[in-house]
Amino acid sequence: MKVGFLHSIIRKEEKLLLDEFRNRPGVEVVMMDDRELVFDLHRNAYKDLNVVIERCINHSRAIHAIKIFEDFGIPTVNTYQVAETCGSKFLTTQALLKAGVRTPRCYLAFTPESALRAMEELGYPCVIKPNTGSWGRLLSKVNDRDAAEAILEHKEILGSYHHSIFYIQEYVEKHGRDIRSFVVGDRCICAIYRESPHWITNTARGGKASNCPVTEELHDISVRAAKAVGGGVVAIDVFETPQGLSVNEVNYTMEFRNSIDTTGVDIPAKVVDYVLEVARR
Amino acid sequence: MAECPVCGAEFKLPEGTEKGELITCTDCGCELEVTGVDSVEEAPQEEEDWGQ
Repeated sequence: MKVGFLHSIIRKEEKLLLDEFRNRPGVEVVMMDDRELVFDLHRNAYKDLNVVIERCINHSRAIHAIKIFEDFGIPTVNTYQVAETCGSKFLTTQALLKAGVRTPRCYLAFTPESALRAMEELGYPCVIKPNTGSWGRLLSKVNDRDAAEAILEHKEILGSYHHSIFYIQEYVEKHGRDIRSFVVGDRCICAIYRESPHWITNTARGGKASNCPVTEELHDISVRAAKAVGGGVVAIDVFETPQGLSVNEVNYTMEFRNSIDTTGVDIPAKVVDYVLEVARR
Repeated sequence: MAECPVCGAEFKLPEGTEKGELITCTDCGCELEVTGVDSVEEAPQEEEDWGQ
Protein backbone atom coordinates (compact mmCIF):
# COMPACT_ATOMS: atom_id res chain seq x y z
CA MET A 1 0.00 0.00 0.00
CA LYS A 2 1.33 3.43 -0.96
CA VAL A 3 0.69 6.34 1.39
CA GLY A 4 1.34 9.85 0.09
CA PHE A 5 2.72 11.98 2.92
CA LEU A 6 2.06 15.62 2.06
CA HIS A 7 4.24 17.90 4.18
CA SER A 8 6.50 20.93 4.35
CA ILE A 9 8.81 21.16 7.34
CA ILE A 10 8.94 17.99 9.41
CA ARG A 11 7.86 18.72 12.94
CA LYS A 12 7.72 16.31 15.87
CA GLU A 13 4.21 15.21 14.81
CA GLU A 14 5.27 14.36 11.25
CA LYS A 15 8.30 12.45 12.53
CA LEU A 16 6.12 10.36 14.87
CA LEU A 17 3.63 9.63 12.08
CA LEU A 18 6.41 8.68 9.65
CA ASP A 19 7.94 6.28 12.19
CA GLU A 20 4.54 4.71 12.73
CA PHE A 21 3.80 4.31 9.00
CA ARG A 22 7.22 2.80 8.34
CA ASN A 23 6.71 0.25 11.11
CA ARG A 24 3.58 -1.07 9.43
CA PRO A 25 4.14 -4.10 7.19
CA GLY A 26 3.31 -3.58 3.50
CA VAL A 27 3.18 0.21 3.76
CA GLU A 28 5.34 2.36 1.52
CA VAL A 29 5.52 6.07 2.31
CA VAL A 30 5.85 8.51 -0.60
CA MET A 31 7.15 11.85 0.67
CA MET A 32 5.64 14.94 -1.00
CA ASP A 33 7.12 18.29 0.06
CA ASP A 34 4.60 21.01 -0.82
CA ARG A 35 7.47 23.40 -1.58
CA GLU A 36 8.66 21.17 -4.40
CA LEU A 37 5.38 19.98 -5.91
CA VAL A 38 4.16 21.11 -9.32
CA PHE A 39 0.68 19.87 -10.21
CA ASP A 40 -0.30 19.29 -13.82
CA LEU A 41 -4.02 19.74 -13.30
CA HIS A 42 -4.81 17.85 -16.51
CA ARG A 43 -2.93 14.67 -15.62
CA ASN A 44 -3.08 12.49 -12.54
CA ALA A 45 0.56 11.70 -11.79
CA TYR A 46 -0.39 10.07 -8.48
CA LYS A 47 -2.44 7.09 -9.67
CA ASP A 48 -0.33 4.67 -7.64
CA LEU A 49 -1.20 6.29 -4.30
CA ASN A 50 -3.85 4.56 -2.19
CA VAL A 51 -4.30 7.48 0.20
CA VAL A 52 -2.78 10.88 1.01
CA ILE A 53 -2.29 12.17 4.54
CA GLU A 54 -2.06 15.96 4.67
CA ARG A 55 0.46 17.41 7.13
CA CYS A 56 1.24 20.81 5.56
CA ILE A 57 1.98 23.65 7.93
CA ASN A 58 0.36 26.25 5.61
CA HIS A 59 -3.43 26.16 5.45
CA SER A 60 -3.48 27.70 1.94
CA ARG A 61 -1.25 25.00 0.48
CA ALA A 62 -3.11 22.25 2.30
CA ILE A 63 -6.55 23.08 0.91
CA HIS A 64 -5.31 23.49 -2.67
CA ALA A 65 -3.32 20.26 -2.64
CA ILE A 66 -6.09 18.25 -0.96
CA LYS A 67 -8.58 19.48 -3.55
CA ILE A 68 -6.32 18.29 -6.36
CA PHE A 69 -5.76 14.83 -4.87
CA GLU A 70 -9.43 14.44 -4.07
CA ASP A 71 -10.45 15.42 -7.61
CA PHE A 72 -7.97 12.87 -8.95
CA GLY A 73 -9.96 10.31 -6.96
CA ILE A 74 -7.35 9.68 -4.27
CA PRO A 75 -8.75 9.44 -0.72
CA THR A 76 -7.32 12.09 1.59
CA VAL A 77 -7.09 12.50 5.36
CA ASN A 78 -8.58 14.92 5.94
CA THR A 79 -11.01 15.66 3.11
CA TYR A 80 -11.25 18.98 1.29
CA GLN A 81 -14.57 19.71 2.97
CA VAL A 82 -13.03 19.27 6.42
CA ALA A 83 -9.96 21.36 5.60
CA GLU A 84 -11.97 24.17 4.05
CA THR A 85 -14.46 24.27 6.90
CA CYS A 86 -11.93 24.07 9.73
CA GLY A 87 -9.63 26.60 8.02
CA SER A 88 -12.35 29.23 8.35
CA LYS A 89 -13.67 30.15 11.77
CA PHE A 90 -16.81 31.42 10.08
CA LEU A 91 -17.47 28.15 8.20
CA THR A 92 -16.75 26.18 11.36
CA THR A 93 -19.27 28.23 13.33
CA GLN A 94 -21.85 27.75 10.57
CA ALA A 95 -21.27 23.97 10.55
CA LEU A 96 -21.54 23.74 14.35
CA LEU A 97 -24.72 25.82 14.43
CA LYS A 98 -26.28 23.75 11.66
CA ALA A 99 -25.48 20.54 13.55
CA GLY A 100 -26.81 21.93 16.83
CA VAL A 101 -23.42 21.79 18.59
CA ARG A 102 -23.08 24.39 21.38
CA THR A 103 -20.62 27.11 20.41
CA PRO A 104 -19.98 30.64 21.75
CA ARG A 105 -22.25 33.39 20.46
CA CYS A 106 -20.80 34.90 17.32
CA TYR A 107 -21.32 37.82 14.93
CA LEU A 108 -19.95 38.58 11.47
CA ALA A 109 -19.67 42.07 9.98
CA PHE A 110 -18.00 43.61 6.94
CA THR A 111 -17.17 47.19 7.92
CA PRO A 112 -15.59 48.75 11.03
CA GLU A 113 -18.84 50.62 11.72
CA SER A 114 -21.03 47.53 11.60
CA ALA A 115 -18.40 45.54 13.53
CA LEU A 116 -18.59 48.18 16.28
CA ARG A 117 -22.38 47.83 16.33
CA ALA A 118 -21.99 44.06 16.62
CA MET A 119 -19.63 44.41 19.58
CA GLU A 120 -21.94 46.86 21.33
CA GLU A 121 -24.79 44.39 20.89
CA LEU A 122 -22.70 41.41 22.06
CA GLY A 123 -21.29 43.36 25.01
CA TYR A 124 -17.78 43.72 26.38
CA PRO A 125 -15.47 41.97 26.76
CA CYS A 126 -15.65 40.22 23.42
CA VAL A 127 -13.07 38.72 21.09
CA ILE A 128 -12.17 39.63 17.50
CA LYS A 129 -10.41 36.91 15.54
CA PRO A 130 -9.01 36.69 12.02
CA ASN A 131 -11.24 34.32 10.07
CA THR A 132 -8.19 32.22 9.18
CA GLY A 133 -5.43 31.85 11.71
CA SER A 134 -4.09 29.71 14.47
CA TRP A 135 -1.72 29.43 17.42
CA GLY A 136 -3.68 32.28 18.99
CA ARG A 137 -2.23 34.85 16.59
CA LEU A 138 -3.93 38.24 16.22
CA LEU A 139 -6.71 37.43 18.64
CA SER A 140 -7.94 40.57 20.39
CA LYS A 141 -9.86 40.63 23.64
CA VAL A 142 -11.85 43.84 23.46
CA ASN A 143 -12.68 45.19 26.91
CA ASP A 144 -14.55 48.37 26.00
CA ARG A 145 -15.64 50.67 23.18
CA ASP A 146 -12.35 52.61 23.18
CA ALA A 147 -10.38 49.41 22.59
CA ALA A 148 -12.89 48.31 19.95
CA GLU A 149 -12.46 51.54 17.98
CA ALA A 150 -8.67 51.34 18.17
CA ILE A 151 -8.52 47.70 17.03
CA LEU A 152 -10.98 48.24 14.20
CA GLU A 153 -9.02 51.25 12.93
CA HIS A 154 -5.78 49.27 13.03
CA LYS A 155 -7.40 46.39 11.17
CA GLU A 156 -8.82 48.72 8.54
CA ILE A 157 -5.55 50.58 7.92
CA LEU A 158 -2.95 47.87 8.49
CA GLY A 159 -4.78 44.61 7.88
CA SER A 160 -4.72 42.60 4.69
CA TYR A 161 -7.83 41.63 2.73
CA HIS A 162 -9.05 38.90 5.04
CA HIS A 163 -9.00 41.25 8.05
CA SER A 164 -11.89 43.08 6.43
CA ILE A 165 -14.21 40.27 7.50
CA PHE A 166 -14.87 40.87 11.18
CA TYR A 167 -15.46 37.66 13.12
CA ILE A 168 -16.57 38.62 16.61
CA GLN A 169 -17.11 36.11 19.37
CA GLU A 170 -18.52 36.23 22.87
CA TYR A 171 -15.71 36.21 25.46
CA VAL A 172 -15.95 33.03 27.50
CA GLU A 173 -14.41 33.14 30.98
CA LYS A 174 -12.26 30.02 31.02
CA HIS A 175 -10.93 30.33 34.58
CA GLY A 176 -7.44 29.57 33.33
CA ARG A 177 -8.06 26.51 31.21
CA ASP A 178 -9.83 24.99 28.23
CA ILE A 179 -9.91 21.50 26.73
CA ARG A 180 -8.45 20.12 23.53
CA SER A 181 -9.98 16.79 22.59
CA PHE A 182 -8.76 14.49 19.82
CA VAL A 183 -11.18 12.71 17.52
CA VAL A 184 -10.21 9.92 15.14
CA GLY A 185 -13.07 8.57 13.05
CA ASP A 186 -16.07 8.20 15.33
CA ARG A 187 -14.18 8.15 18.63
CA CYS A 188 -12.77 10.80 20.93
CA ILE A 189 -9.51 9.03 21.77
CA CYS A 190 -8.21 11.41 24.47
CA ALA A 191 -8.16 15.00 25.67
CA ILE A 192 -5.96 17.47 27.47
CA TYR A 193 -6.56 20.52 29.62
CA ARG A 194 -4.59 23.55 28.44
CA GLU A 195 -3.86 25.74 31.42
CA SER A 196 -2.54 29.27 31.39
CA PRO A 197 -2.98 32.42 33.47
CA HIS A 198 -3.33 34.23 30.10
CA TRP A 199 -6.74 34.22 28.40
CA ILE A 200 -5.10 32.59 25.35
CA THR A 201 -4.38 29.01 26.39
CA ASN A 202 -2.80 27.55 23.21
CA THR A 203 0.17 25.33 24.02
CA ALA A 204 1.99 27.13 21.16
CA ARG A 205 1.63 30.22 23.37
CA GLY A 206 2.83 28.61 26.58
CA GLY A 207 -0.33 26.84 27.80
CA LYS A 208 0.53 23.79 29.93
CA ALA A 209 -1.00 20.43 29.04
CA SER A 210 -2.42 17.93 31.52
CA ASN A 211 -4.65 14.90 31.07
CA CYS A 212 -8.38 15.52 30.80
CA PRO A 213 -10.67 12.53 31.37
CA VAL A 214 -12.96 11.86 28.40
CA THR A 215 -16.38 12.04 30.01
CA GLU A 216 -19.54 11.01 28.20
CA GLU A 217 -20.39 14.69 27.63
CA LEU A 218 -16.94 15.49 26.23
CA HIS A 219 -16.97 12.42 23.98
CA ASP A 220 -20.42 13.28 22.68
CA ILE A 221 -19.78 16.95 21.88
CA SER A 222 -16.33 16.20 20.41
CA VAL A 223 -17.64 13.55 18.01
CA ARG A 224 -20.64 15.69 17.07
CA ALA A 225 -18.33 18.65 16.35
CA ALA A 226 -16.07 16.41 14.25
CA LYS A 227 -19.04 15.09 12.28
CA ALA A 228 -20.36 18.64 11.81
CA VAL A 229 -17.23 19.62 9.88
CA GLY A 230 -17.07 16.37 7.91
CA GLY A 231 -15.32 13.90 10.24
CA GLY A 232 -11.85 12.36 10.01
CA VAL A 233 -8.91 13.23 12.25
CA VAL A 234 -9.52 16.48 14.10
CA ALA A 235 -8.75 18.25 17.36
CA ILE A 236 -11.54 20.15 19.07
CA ASP A 237 -11.08 23.19 21.31
CA VAL A 238 -13.72 23.10 24.00
CA PHE A 239 -14.76 25.61 26.68
CA GLU A 240 -16.29 24.65 30.01
CA THR A 241 -19.25 26.96 30.61
CA PRO A 242 -22.00 27.04 33.25
CA GLN A 243 -24.40 25.84 30.51
CA GLY A 244 -22.16 22.87 29.62
CA LEU A 245 -19.33 22.23 27.16
CA SER A 246 -19.07 24.58 24.18
CA VAL A 247 -16.96 24.10 21.04
CA ASN A 248 -14.68 26.98 20.13
CA GLU A 249 -12.78 25.67 17.10
CA VAL A 250 -11.96 22.50 15.18
CA ASN A 251 -8.44 21.84 13.85
CA TYR A 252 -7.81 19.58 10.86
CA THR A 253 -4.00 19.14 10.83
CA MET A 254 -3.81 18.53 14.52
CA GLU A 255 -0.72 19.00 16.61
CA PHE A 256 -0.33 16.46 19.39
CA ARG A 257 3.28 16.40 20.57
CA ASN A 258 2.32 17.52 24.09
CA SER A 259 -0.56 15.09 24.39
CA ILE A 260 0.90 11.59 23.97
CA ASP A 261 2.75 11.26 27.29
CA THR A 262 0.15 13.46 28.97
CA THR A 263 -2.76 11.21 28.05
CA GLY A 264 -0.95 7.88 27.70
CA VAL A 265 -2.65 7.40 24.31
CA ASP A 266 -0.58 6.52 21.26
CA ILE A 267 -2.09 9.23 19.04
CA PRO A 268 0.13 8.62 15.97
CA ALA A 269 -0.78 4.90 16.00
CA LYS A 270 -4.50 5.75 16.09
CA VAL A 271 -4.10 8.24 13.23
CA VAL A 272 -2.15 5.75 11.12
CA ASP A 273 -4.77 3.03 11.78
CA TYR A 274 -7.42 5.44 10.50
CA VAL A 275 -5.46 6.50 7.40
CA LEU A 276 -4.85 2.87 6.42
CA GLU A 277 -8.53 2.09 7.00
CA VAL A 278 -9.50 4.94 4.65
CA ALA A 279 -7.07 3.56 2.04
CA ARG A 280 -8.70 0.11 2.23
CA ARG A 281 -12.29 1.37 1.78
CA MET B 1 29.41 17.17 8.54
CA ALA B 2 26.65 19.77 8.42
CA GLU B 3 27.46 23.41 9.13
CA CYS B 4 25.17 25.82 10.91
CA PRO B 5 24.63 28.78 8.52
CA VAL B 6 24.25 31.15 11.48
CA CYS B 7 27.22 30.40 13.76
CA GLY B 8 29.35 28.09 11.58
CA ALA B 9 29.32 25.23 14.09
CA GLU B 10 29.92 21.83 12.50
CA PHE B 11 27.94 18.80 13.62
CA LYS B 12 26.87 15.37 12.48
CA LEU B 13 23.20 14.80 11.84
CA PRO B 14 21.77 11.95 13.91
CA GLU B 15 20.88 8.73 12.11
CA GLY B 16 17.28 8.67 10.94
CA THR B 17 17.06 12.43 10.44
CA GLU B 18 14.46 13.31 7.81
CA LYS B 19 14.89 15.83 4.99
CA GLY B 20 12.75 18.80 6.03
CA GLU B 21 13.11 18.01 9.76
CA LEU B 22 13.58 20.87 12.19
CA ILE B 23 16.58 20.69 14.50
CA THR B 24 18.27 23.11 16.88
CA CYS B 25 21.93 24.08 16.54
CA THR B 26 23.61 22.84 19.70
CA ASP B 27 26.00 25.82 19.68
CA CYS B 28 23.85 28.89 18.94
CA GLY B 29 20.35 27.51 19.50
CA CYS B 30 19.05 28.60 16.08
CA GLU B 31 16.25 26.56 14.55
CA LEU B 32 17.48 24.82 11.39
CA GLU B 33 15.89 22.73 8.67
CA VAL B 34 17.64 19.63 7.35
CA THR B 35 18.00 19.94 3.57
CA GLY B 36 20.19 16.91 2.79
CA VAL B 37 22.38 14.17 4.20
CA ASP B 38 24.92 16.70 5.45
CA SER B 39 23.28 20.07 4.98
CA VAL B 40 21.04 22.42 6.91
CA GLU B 41 19.66 25.90 6.42
CA GLU B 42 17.86 28.37 8.63
CA ALA B 43 14.31 27.18 9.33
CA PRO B 44 11.60 29.14 7.52
CA GLN B 45 9.94 31.97 9.41
CA GLU B 46 6.41 31.51 10.72
CA GLU B 47 3.75 32.59 8.21
CA GLU B 48 0.25 33.92 8.75
CA ASP B 49 -1.53 30.67 7.89
CA TRP B 50 0.79 28.37 9.82
CA GLY B 51 -0.26 25.79 12.37
CA GLN B 52 -3.40 24.76 14.17
